[in-house]
Amino acid sequence: MKETLIIAGFGGQGVLSMGKILAYAGVMQDFEVTWMPSYGPEMRGGTANVTVILSDRRISSPIAHEFDTAIILNQQSMDKFESQVKPGGTLIYDVNGITHHPERKDINIYSINATEECAKMGNAKLFNTMILGGYLKVCPVVSMDNVMTGLKKSLPERAWKMLPANEEAIRHGGEIITAVHTL
Amino acid sequence: MAEKEVKLMKGNEVIAHAAIRYGCDGYFGYPITPQSEVMETLMELKPWETTGMVVLQAESEVSSINMVYGGAATGKRVMTSSSSPGVSLMSEGLSYLAGAELPCLVVNCQRGGPGLGTIQPSQGDYFQACKGGAHGDFHLIVLAPNSVQEMHDFVADAFDLAFKYRNPAMILADGAIGQMMEKVTLSPQRPRKTDAEIEAECHSWAAYGKPADRERNVVTSLELRSEEMEKINQRLQAKYKAMEENEVRYEAIECDDADYVIVAFGSSARICSATVEIARAEGVKVGLLRPITLYPFPKKVLAELAERGVKGFLSAELNAGQMVEDVRLAVNGKAPVEHYGRQGGSIFTPDEVFKALKDKIINR
Amino acid sequence: MAEVELKQENIVYAKSKLMLDNVMHYCPGCSHGTVHKLIAEVIEEMGLEHKTMGVSPVGCAVFAYNYIDIDWAEAAHGRACAVATAMKRLHPDRMVFTYQGDGDLSAIGTCETIHAAARGENIVAVYINNAIYGMTGGQMAPTTLLGMKTATTPYGRDPRLNGYPYKISDMLAHLDGVCYLTRQSVHTPANVRKCKRALRKAFENAMAGKGFSMVEVVSTCNSGWKLSPVKANEWLEENMLPFYPLGDVKDI
Repeated sequence: MKETLIIAGFGGQGVLSMGKILAYAGVMQDFEVTWMPSYGPEMRGGTANVTVILSDRRISSPIAHEFDTAIILNQQSMDKFESQVKPGGTLIYDVNGITHHPERKDINIYSINATEECAKMGNAKLFNTMILGGYLKVCPVVSMDNVMTGLKKSLPERAWKMLPANEEAIRHGGEIITAVHTL
Repeated sequence: MAEKEVKLMKGNEVIAHAAIRYGCDGYFGYPITPQSEVMETLMELKPWETTGMVVLQAESEVSSINMVYGGAATGKRVMTSSSSPGVSLMSEGLSYLAGAELPCLVVNCQRGGPGLGTIQPSQGDYFQACKGGAHGDFHLIVLAPNSVQEMHDFVADAFDLAFKYRNPAMILADGAIGQMMEKVTLSPQRPRKTDAEIEAECHSWAAYGKPADRERNVVTSLELRSEEMEKINQRLQAKYKAMEENEVRYEAIECDDADYVIVAFGSSARICSATVEIARAEGVKVGLLRPITLYPFPKKVLAELAERGVKGFLSAELNAGQMVEDVRLAVNGKAPVEHYGRQGGSIFTPDEVFKALKDKIINR
Repeated sequence: MAEVELKQENIVYAKSKLMLDNVMHYCPGCSHGTVHKLIAEVIEEMGLEHKTMGVSPVGCAVFAYNYIDIDWAEAAHGRACAVATAMKRLHPDRMVFTYQGDGDLSAIGTCETIHAAARGENIVAVYINNAIYGMTGGQMAPTTLLGMKTATTPYGRDPRLNGYPYKISDMLAHLDGVCYLTRQSVHTPANVRKCKRALRKAFENAMAGKGFSMVEVVSTCNSGWKLSPVKANEWLEENMLPFYPLGDVKDI
């Protein structure tokens, strides 16, 4: 098993922490794990992305230029990463703010409208876990138990009261993800 | 059952944890991207409340390295960390540390240069780290980690080597290793050395307040009499020779039957290990020689590989070709040696390196 | 000559046992030797000879470690206050002082000096201000007086060309980390005694953890000034002291 994933969007969307939850879950599942962020000014309001690799073998390169899965949360990231999904791979995107939808025919494409769902629920902070839930529905690389442990480990203790709401968001993300094009 | 201390951490964070657990006495630093998490983590962990380690944010890298000089002069285990432009500011201090034969640890989490350059990863400081990088004939001991675990492990290794040879040691990492999170097993907490232990260990040279039972100790790199200064230089050179004989470390991946060998260190070596997998899958016998100590450089094993009949070497570096000079010296004309690199914070892919190997060596 | 037996009660002065017998490299008439003696006496009288670390500078006093029998570290040019910061932080029970000239402390090392002072490091800086670079052969210092001739101001210091001299003791007075700043001299026996009291106070401050202290010693450089020792003392009084007036700048 080896999953090379990129999560890309705006700074502030919880891109890096989504990757962190997944990385922790991977550790719980005894995978080798790398989490490689974009860093610097990009972190402050611009685009942000993180590459997470989960593998049952030693991970050679932590830096990837093509991905099994791309989770794309803004147009700039779509422009940059759509082409970098491996043929047969998966692209998941939040439709909010996307003006040019993905057009590739050699990959699986799913959309999720987490922005709108979070707005309905009145809690924008659940955005990234809802996206994560959608991803785990189509790519169940780690167990839900381990995701919850990963979530707990990546949150400071004072935020643990948010765990039930995040668990619900993960579950709901699995419900609302929609296939756009599958192989 | 006690929980194994396997953590998921950034390379920079782990430097802080490893330093505390090693029993480091003091850290003096100045923020610079991409290594600022080292001091941030130390400040959050507050080791002065547990082990008694001193942590101080200095006003500049110039000051940081001179604080390291002051701490090291008293026999304490002290360190700093920075990134390329900051390390340039430390050059003067490094020369003084080497000249005064003071042990310490400097972590360089490299970014692309020259000048202010970029904050993205680079290996452009190989020359600076391995060829002295400041005035006078001296060497740092240079360790190049390629994983978060090695960032952890090399803190202890570097301090041990620094004290063994009374010489500054450097961990030469880069933005990728510093910013990346991986699994890491943390070592158990070691107690810091007591003042009595330090006085016993460093009795002959350190300045911690002259006790009644010895002459005063003067930590200095100054000797105006040229015949005496030459003797000091000869002693330093003998020390470097001993390092070259005893401390070379490298990792050889699939080199035994290799027709071609890629030489790469740090994050590049991680990428190139994927190149080896791709090449082997295509039936091309490629190996990877990863120098772990960049100084002392693993000359002998490269010479042996060339002697054994390796048909060509590719030095893959995130720079314009620095380590390749050492590879050429080691191979000494017995096989072609070429360089492939990316600069300015760009990083090559495993395929790119394989293509370069084919273009520059295999099909040349 | 018959041997004279010195009775204890007849001894009015003795060299500090911390002053080593090494022949000094300083020029005859230089203030450094006197200040060294005072520091040795203060350390001895305070019983700190086994607890003191000195940091010597780059400049004429680079060899200070040859004259006072304590542990020393020799710092890079200007960096003494950074070096001393770490020594003191790692050994809070020790006495750590720097010994620096005007080029070292107030030109190349201005940054290290100001920040050690601002942090309130519990160290003492002994600052020898003779308005010239002695060791390198008499070039302009930041403290060189206007009109003063040096190797790099051969026609006299001109503010349009060379800028103005400045008083770092006055500048440091504004910093909260500083507890004691004083300007002294050693050009008369009375001033020597005052200077010693100032050094003692500064050392006591450091041991009591009161913050940063600096003793500026307005000094002569008769070689650099191209004056005899006596003339240099007169020149100091007539020219240096009006610009660098003696006395405490700050004492809290």
